[in-house]
Amino acid sequence: MNRLEVRHLSTFFDTDEGLIRSVADVSFAIRAGKTTAIVGESGSGKSVTSLTLMRLLPRTATTQVSGQALFVNRAGETLDLLTLPEPRMRALRGNEVAMIFQEPMTSLNPVFTVGEQIAESLRLHRGLDRGAALAQALRMLEMVEIPAAAQRLHEYPHQLSGGMRQRVMIALAMACEPTLLIADEPTTALDVTIQAQILALMRRLQTQTGMSILFITHNLGVVAHHADDVAVMYAGRIVEAAPVRPLFAIPEHPYTQGLLACLPSKAHVAGQPRPKRLFAIRGQVSSPLSPPPGCAFEPRCDQAQVLCTQAMPALVDTSALRQARCVRVPAAEVSKAA
Amino acid sequence: MQATPTNAAAQVPLIEVRHIKRYFGAKDKPVRAVDDVSFAIRRGETLGLVGESGSGKSTIGRTVLRLLECTAGQVLYRGEDIAALSNQHMRKLRSKLQIIFQDPYASLNPKMRISAILGEALATHGLHQGKGEQDKRIAELLETVGLRPELASRFPHEFSGGQRQRIGVARALAVEPEFIVADEPLSALDVSIQSQVINLLADLRERLNLTMLFISHDLDVVEYLCDRVVVLYLGRVMEVAPTAELFERPLHPYTQALLAASPKPDPLIENVAVPLKGDIPSPMAPPSGCVFRTRCPQAIDACAQTLPPLDEISPGRFSACIRKDLLIAAAA
Repeated sequence: MNRLEVRHLSTFFDTDEGLIRSVADVSFAIRAGKTTAIVGESGSGKSVTSLTLMRLLPRTATTQVSGQALFVNRAGETLDLLTLPEPRMRALRGNEVAMIFQEPMTSLNPVFTVGEQIAESLRLHRGLDRGAALAQALRMLEMVEIPAAAQRLHEYPHQLSGGMRQRVMIALAMACEPTLLIADEPTTALDVTIQAQILALMRRLQTQTGMSILFITHNLGVVAHHADDVAVMYAGRIVEAAPVRPLFAIPEHPYTQGLLACLPSKAHVAGQPRPKRLFAIRGQVSSPLSPPPGCAFEPRCDQAQVLCTQAMPALVDTSALRQARCVRVPAAEVSKAA
Repeated sequence: MQATPTNAAAQVPLIEVRHIKRYFGAKDKPVRAVDDVSFAIRRGETLGLVGESGSGKSTIGRTVLRLLECTAGQVLYRGEDIAALSNQHMRKLRSKLQIIFQDPYASLNPKMRISAILGEALATHGLHQGKGEQDKRIAELLETVGLRPELASRFPHEFSGGQRQRIGVARALAVEPEFIVADEPLSALDVSIQSQVINLLADLRERLNLTMLFISHDLDVVEYLCDRVVVLYLGRVMEVAPTAELFERPLHPYTQALLAASPKPDPLIENVAVPLKGDIPSPMAPPSGCVFRTRCPQAIDACAQTLPPLDEISPGRFSACIRKDLLIAAAA
C-alpha cells in the first residue's frame, strides 16, 4: 500500500526575473512502513518538494502549485494534500504527517521550553490538558533517549546540544504518532557520531510504529543504509527512481552515475594504487532562469547527443520498479498493476 | 625543481607544533579548545586533521598560522618559533603560510571585485607590482584554478559556491606559499563540485610542491587526499597514523567509532556498528583522565585516573589509550 502518492507535482515561483520552475512534474510514491529518499544537490528542488507537500511555502511567495499528493490517512481515506482546506491540513500537520528540519536551533521556538513545545502538539491534536500533555511529552523525550528527560522537559532549546535538539524535534514530530514523517536533511548539521545515533533512532522508531519516512538528503552514504526506495532529483525534476540496491548497483541516469563515480570512497579500490584524479562532473547546474533547451543535465553530460538538446526527455519505466529520464535508457514495456 | 636540500635541512619539519594549548575565556574555567597537541609536518606532506565539534581542529589551524596566539606551547616554522617573531618578520612570513577557509560566502569581501581581492594579496607582499604585471598575474591565477580571466572584474555574489572556493584557492596561491591550511574547504559545497575542488587541490599540490594541513570531518576525503592523519577529540590527540594504516586498522576506540559511524555509499556493506552513546562533553568541563572515556565502549576505571600518553605503538603509529591489552588481542 502506498502511504503517499505524488503525481505530477509542480511548484513554480513567479519572480521579478522570471518564472522559476523549482519543482517540475515530480511523481513518486512512498510505501507504508518504508523509507523513500529524495537525493539531490543545490537547486534540485528537493526541499521545495517537501515544503509544497506540507503546504508550508511562504504565503507571500507568488507560487503556482499543480498536481496531486494523495495521502492515505489513518481512517483509510485518500486525501489530496494539495487541495485540502487549510483547517483540515492543519489537523493533519504535526499529527498524521510530521516534519523535521535540518537546523534544530531555528526550528525550535527559543522562548518556550522543550516540554511545552511537545505538549503544544498534543494539546492541539489530542485535546489533552496541560498536565497530561506534559506527562506524555516526558514519555516522548524518554522514547528518543534523552538522558535526564525529566529535567530536560523544563529546559530551553539553547541549553541543549545539536544532537539533543534534533532528538527533541523527533520527539515533537512523533508525539501524535504520525504515519508519515518528512525529514529534510535531519542529520546534515550534526557530527558524524551523533548522526549515527539519530539515524539509528529513526530506524528504531520506524520499526516500532510502522510509519513511512520521506528522507531528503544529499548524503549518498545515508541513503545507502537508510532508504528502501530512492528518487534522484536534478534541476527540479526526478531523473531516476529505483529501489536502493539496484540504484547503487546499476545507476541508469548519467547524473546518478556521475554522482556515485565522483565520491572519494569510490576511488579507493583495494590493492590498487590511489588514482590521481577523481571523476568529476564538469560545470555546475544551470540557473533556473535560463534552463538548457532540452535535457537540464545535457550541458554537463559526457554522454549527451544532439537529441538531448532538442527536448526534455520523459520519465519512463525502465523496468518494473525503475524509472529514468534519459534518451539513452530504453523504456520497457511494463504492465502496471491496478 | 628546487635544489636538493642538505641533509640537516631535510630533517627539520616545515611546520611543527609542540604541546600547544589554546584556552578561551575565564581563567578559572576556560574553554580548553586545544589541550596539549603536538605534531610535525614534513615538506611536501599533506597532514589530515580529523575530528568532530569541539575537537579543536579549526583552532589548531588558526594557531599554526598565528591567526590566534597559543596559550602555551610552540609553533615552529623550519625549526624557528614563530611566536618570537616581530610583527614585521611575521608579515613577511605570511606569504609562505596561507589559508583556505570553509565558508566561500563569508571569506570573500562582497564589496570587492575579484581583481581587487587578488590584487590586495599581491600588493600586501609587494609582488608583481605595477598594473600590467598585476593583471597578468591575476589572469594566471584564475586560469590555474579553472576560471576564465575575464571573470576578474566581477563581484563575489556573481559566482557559485564552488567558484568562490576556487577564488579562495587562487587568493591563497597568489603569494606563492609553501604551506597551506585548508580549513574544511569542501564542507559548504555540493558533492559534484567537491570532486572538482579536490582534483584542483591535488593538482596544485603536486605542481607547486605544497605542504598542506587539511582540516576536515569528512573521512572519505581525508583518506583520498592525506598522507598522514591526526585524530582529535576534545582538544587532544587520540591517534596519529599514515592514512592507509589508519583506515585499515584504527587502533584507538574513538577512531574505530568514527570510522564505523560514517556510512559508506554502498548498500551491500553492512553497517553493524553500535553508535556511540551520549554527547561530546563540553570543552569547559572535560572528563578527568582520558577525555574520551565517558563515551568509550572500552573504558575501565583506570581511564578516569590516568591521562593516557600518546605512545608510539609501531613506527609512525601513535595512540593515546592505556588499554594496550586491546592491541594485543587485536593482533592475535
